[in-house]
Amino acid sequence: MNRAGHAGDGYARATGKPGVCIVTSGPGATNMVTPLATAQMDSIPLVCLSGQVATKVIGNDAFQEADVTGITRPCTKWNYLVKDVKDLAKTIKEAFHIARSGRPGPVLIDLPKDVSIGKTVFKEPDDVVLRSYNPTYVPNRKQLQKVVDLIKKAEKPVIFIGGGVILSRAHKELTELARKTNIPVTGTLMGLGGYPAPDPLWLGMLGMHGTYRANMSVSECDLMIAVGVRFDDRVTGKTDEFATNAKIVQIDIDPTSIQKNIQVDLPVVGDCKISLEILNQMIDQEEDMDDFASRHPDWLKRIDEWKRTTPLAYDQKDVIKPQFVIEKLYELTKGDAIITTEVGQNQMWTAQYYHFSEPGRFISSGGLGTMGFGLPAAVGAQAAMPGKTVVDIAGDGSIQMNIQEMATAIQYHLPVKIVILNNGFLGMVRQWQQLFYDKCYSSTKFQHTPDFVKLAEAYGAVGLRATKPEEVEKVLKEGLACDRAVIMDFRVEPEECVYPMVPAGAPISKMLLV
Amino acid sequence: MTKKHILSILVDNEPGVLSRIAGLFSGRGYNIESLCVAETAEPGESRITMVTAGDTLILEQIKKQLNKLINVIKVADMTDQDFVERELVLIKINAKAEHRAEILRIVDIFRAQVVDVSPEHYTISITGDADKITAIFSLLKPFGIREITRTGSIAMFREMKNKN
Ligand SMILES: Cc1ncc(C[n+]2csc(CCOP(=O)(O)OP(=O)(O)O)c2C)c(N)n1
Ligand SMILES: [Mg+2]
Repeated sequence: MNRAGHAGDGYARATGKPGVCIVTSGPGATNMVTPLATAQMDSIPLVCLSGQVATKVIGNDAFQEADVTGITRPCTKWNYLVKDVKDLAKTIKEAFHIARSGRPGPVLIDLPKDVSIGKTVFKEPDDVVLRSYNPTYVPNRKQLQKVVDLIKKAEKPVIFIGGGVILSRAHKELTELARKTNIPVTGTLMGLGGYPAPDPLWLGMLGMHGTYRANMSVSECDLMIAVGVRFDDRVTGKTDEFATNAKIVQIDIDPTSIQKNIQVDLPVVGDCKISLEILNQMIDQEEDMDDFASRHPDWLKRIDEWKRTTPLAYDQKDVIKPQFVIEKLYELTKGDAIITTEVGQNQMWTAQYYHFSEPGRFISSGGLGTMGFGLPAAVGAQAAMPGKTVVDIAGDGSIQMNIQEMATAIQYHLPVKIVILNNGFLGMVRQWQQLFYDKCYSSTKFQHTPDFVKLAEAYGAVGLRATKPEEVEKVLKEGLACDRAVIMDFRVEPEECVYPMVPAGAPISKMLLV
Repeated sequence: MTKKHILSILVDNEPGVLSRIAGLFSGRGYNIESLCVAETAEPGESRITMVTAGDTLILEQIKKQLNKLINVIKVADMTDQDFVERELVLIKINAKAEHRAEILRIVDIFRAQVVDVSPEHYTISITGDADKITAIFSLLKPFGIREITRTGSIAMFREMKNKN
């Protein structure tokens, strides 16, 4: 039930189209709270149809009744209780419109039993017109002209992208802007894939587990062009010390994202793709355009130095390093797989060591951090993209939250690949206990974990295991070649930490390095 | 700096609107000092008058968040503008024989009304803006206020202002 929601979410993230899920009333619907909240936090278009008791017994505590519109109100963009089958067509059309327009989000339609079995003559509803809901797609040109002027003056500019670039599929326009102005690009977790990661202008992810060069660049920049971000605390660190030297431009379709956590100098309300398109045109019309592409060489040199002196690094000795598994996976899939993740260290290492070049390739619960998201999301993504390699990079903890989804993968012949970075711990929590609570490992060590190879086989999937570094490549190759769902169990270094790390509440320039 | 604001919120009169708005405030930790809801002359529309408090940034967020709700049609912040504000308050106070004349004088000065009487009490009805209500409270307090019911403020822009 819960998994149907994440699967619809995975479908939506992979394709950019709204995902759909259907659940039964009462417990089915209450189980949707987590997927709806997950989609709400990451602005994912998801339409959920939930069953409800018949209209005449609503409010009577009938069998499997729950106040589902009440329960889901804070975790949906909008929701409906349909009381008359004649309203159904219009409601469904409106729901899809709301889910995918503006800043997208989940919409729930609660369907009482008598409505769902009711009959009516279908009449194509009129186009949706909601006088109180008209998102601003086209930005104010005057504001954008000011952005051009700021770009001209900047000596240490940075572009900072988030999920908005992915959701509006603005990656081409963004890439054009960065290349034409020679401005380096960093991003949030949700922004990965918005700019081609192998490109020299890509700085890597920003924030708590951001790269040294990304965090330093943002801390020192004199202009930040933020596109489709909401300045989450995992990215800003201490807000008072975030990009203090910079003029900040923020482009976003949702006005509530602007001036919420960070005071910006130049707000632009508009769709990311349309805004960047216009911005690019404006830059093209500038007279002194020629030197744009070769600007601020000193700044880029400085960033390069940060990259050289303090790159992402790990030391692969005789125990498998989780980072090594992901690097190998990147190599073997040539960066072309759809990768979902669970939550924790597995998620952060994926963000650091798998390099994404397109939207819809990195599918991860960012805002809510929902363990158990990865496997059902992979199933949804695989259903959407039958020809693609879909891999869930998982932790040994998270994977056990929705492991039953293996049965769905087998039943529908969805050959998802699960890479478990099995460290014997709730690793990310353990890392905090190690670094900030004197290694007081409370409730984070697994005293018992199932045998994942046998578990895979029990589901009718393939189970593989690597315990030594030299087995990693072989297991990955074999797993990726499977035409069935497969679990690959990698026994990795138990107490590896994700670095760099910015302690919660510290400025992002103050990173703990290996 | 925290300041009191009167918001006038025009909404589609559909189930769940009030709950969305109340939920927005509780979920984000904003405060509601008073809330008044009723239909407008337009069928299907309601007006919510809300008194809230916060600094400039919070108020900006509150207004944006309200506007973001699908069935909020319009949000107007009346604070620092020219507007008329009224609240209806019922006050039940102790009214011993020796105090009755004094109470009635106060009622008269404030153009309030006594709407219910018993040997021991008066129930007074008064309308006015926040200042007037505060003033009558302080004058009546010494007699012993038993109970108060307030409607919460409602407000409207002054017409002159709009024509400028
Ligand atoms: C549903 C849920 N419960 C708890 C948490 C808190 N949490 C965040 S990371 C984490 C540990 C994850 O362990 P594992 O899946 O083994 O991943 P690892 O960090 O070891 O890679 C926990 C418990 C969460 N994010 N989601
Ligand atoms: Mg683990």
